[in-house]
Amino acid sequence: MAEPLLSVENLSIAFGGLKVINDVSFDLEQGGRLALIGPNGAGKTTIFNLLSGVYRQDTGHIRLGGEVIDDVPSRKRIGYGMARSFQNIRLMPHLSVVENVMMGQHARPDRPGRLLAPLSIFGRSRARAEAEALLAEMGVEVAPGQDVSTLPYGIRKKIELVRALAARPRLLLLDEPAAGLNETETGELMAFLDRISDSGVTLLVVEHDMALVRSLCDRAVVLNFGQKIYDGSTADVQKDPLVLEAYLGPRHAGESAKEAENVA
Amino acid sequence: MSGYWSGIITLLSINVVFAYGIYLAVATGQLNLGGAGFQALGAYAAAWLCAEQGWPIWATLGASAVVAGGIGFAFAFPILRLKGVYLVLGTFAFAEVVAGVIINSDALGGAMGLPVPEFIDWNVPAIAAVCVALFCFYLMSTRLGLAVRAVHDDDVVCDLLGVDVRLVRVALFALGAALAGFAGGLYAHAYTYVEVQTFNASLSIYVLLYVLLGGAQTAWGPLAGAAFFTLLPELLRNTLPAMKSGLYALFGAEGSMSPPDESWRFVALGVVTVLMMVFRSEGLITRTMVERISHPFRSTRKEAL
Repeated sequence: MAEPLLSVENLSIAFGGLKVINDVSFDLEQGGRLALIGPNGAGKTTIFNLLSGVYRQDTGHIRLGGEVIDDVPSRKRIGYGMARSFQNIRLMPHLSVVENVMMGQHARPDRPGRLLAPLSIFGRSRARAEAEALLAEMGVEVAPGQDVSTLPYGIRKKIELVRALAARPRLLLLDEPAAGLNETETGELMAFLDRISDSGVTLLVVEHDMALVRSLCDRAVVLNFGQKIYDGSTADVQKDPLVLEAYLGPRHAGESAKEAENVA
Repeated sequence: MSGYWSGIITLLSINVVFAYGIYLAVATGQLNLGGAGFQALGAYAAAWLCAEQGWPIWATLGASAVVAGGIGFAFAFPILRLKGVYLVLGTFAFAEVVAGVIINSDALGGAMGLPVPEFIDWNVPAIAAVCVALFCFYLMSTRLGLAVRAVHDDDVVCDLLGVDVRLVRVALFALGAALAGFAGGLYAHAYTYVEVQTFNASLSIYVLLYVLLGGAQTAWGPLAGAAFFTLLPELLRNTLPAMKSGLYALFGAEGSMSPPDESWRFVALGVVTVLMMVFRSEGLITRTMVERISHPFRSTRKEAL
């Protein structure tokens, strides 16, 4: 078997005395789509923060493309091909749409001239043209010069995804991409993510919308109180007794999986 | 050119350079309330090197930027660990320390100040201001400039996007300190005298006001702010006393009127400042406004979103 793109080995972190992530391991192969699910407070976002280097784990290792990145500072991890979106949209409010996307290109090694290359004095720079093209390609139909703060939620969510894509990542971490979206927008997002995945980008998705999880991802890892309780196909996840117990409590866990599906 | 106008242009040019110095720090989200301290460093460096060492003007002006920029760079590392109001107080304290050191230093003339033997006319500050403004426009148009504005908005996300947030902040703070020092060097030669009382707390506050009220989102802001607040008091110099006597005459109280004075200028300035804060807290000039002016035919808002 080929080396997995992302490999999480026995990851643990405690805040004070509370073990938020307890000995979690999973692998994610190149081009795969893995959903990370679990009840509120299970540690999903904490895993993302560990992966992107916002926190440093107490024990365990993170491998990306075969390299251990435990000691790589958060700023440099994007250079290893990892980009992420955020649970609450984190666009730069005073930057325009296209400028936000251009920030996604910041760490790309193929950017010529690095920091002191002018972007806007002599007409449209290559960086700007490329960012505008990526926005159009991904179907974000707003004026590139517009302020992001005035845009509707669904569009800002998309722009954040495009910003992550502008880094040309191998691995994309999506923290609740469908949260706050209506049905139409969720449908659009699905098509959007399908296209991203088809272009070869590996997806790791935290999501509560089980319909989206099932149609987007073939595999799910379920966390509860910081521990991995399930790792397998998304089709069977709602029949697993441990998962049912985590979501519904021990009393209801014996009841039919059909009923559980409606709740989860 | 009359002495009055050359005086105005000199003052305006120095204020523009000074405002850009503070702007570079503010653009990364760091309020620098120690502007007077950095300007004092530059002014005294130029004055001392000119008076005691006999350096030519180009060298003293260069040295004023290097001295203030170097000290700003060294100071940036500890001070930029502070955030928000603590950073503001830290920079403010720095300016007080600079003033305290100068006033107690015999070599720098103490409270007496230092005379500067070499004089520059209005044209040198004017050229310097144009160059500094062009430099700042260039800087803000680069990839670094974009990163600067992004760091201002969200430093955590910038870090994850690969921006060296600390480098950006330290570099811009130090560069800004160098420009503030350069403004001090221009001041020393233009007024041929430096005394530490000039570089007081209200100077720091005023220059920060230029930047915040002009708008810190684009490089137009400090230019507009410095121009507005340098020229407004001059415009009000004659009109306000006239308004005052008119008002007194309206109530038939000409006899009890005090002679026209300048104090009303500062009242009007204060009122304008408060109104700006209330109605346009992002500053006179915003990015959206620049975008709309530079692309007048491109709609910035699509219909039916």
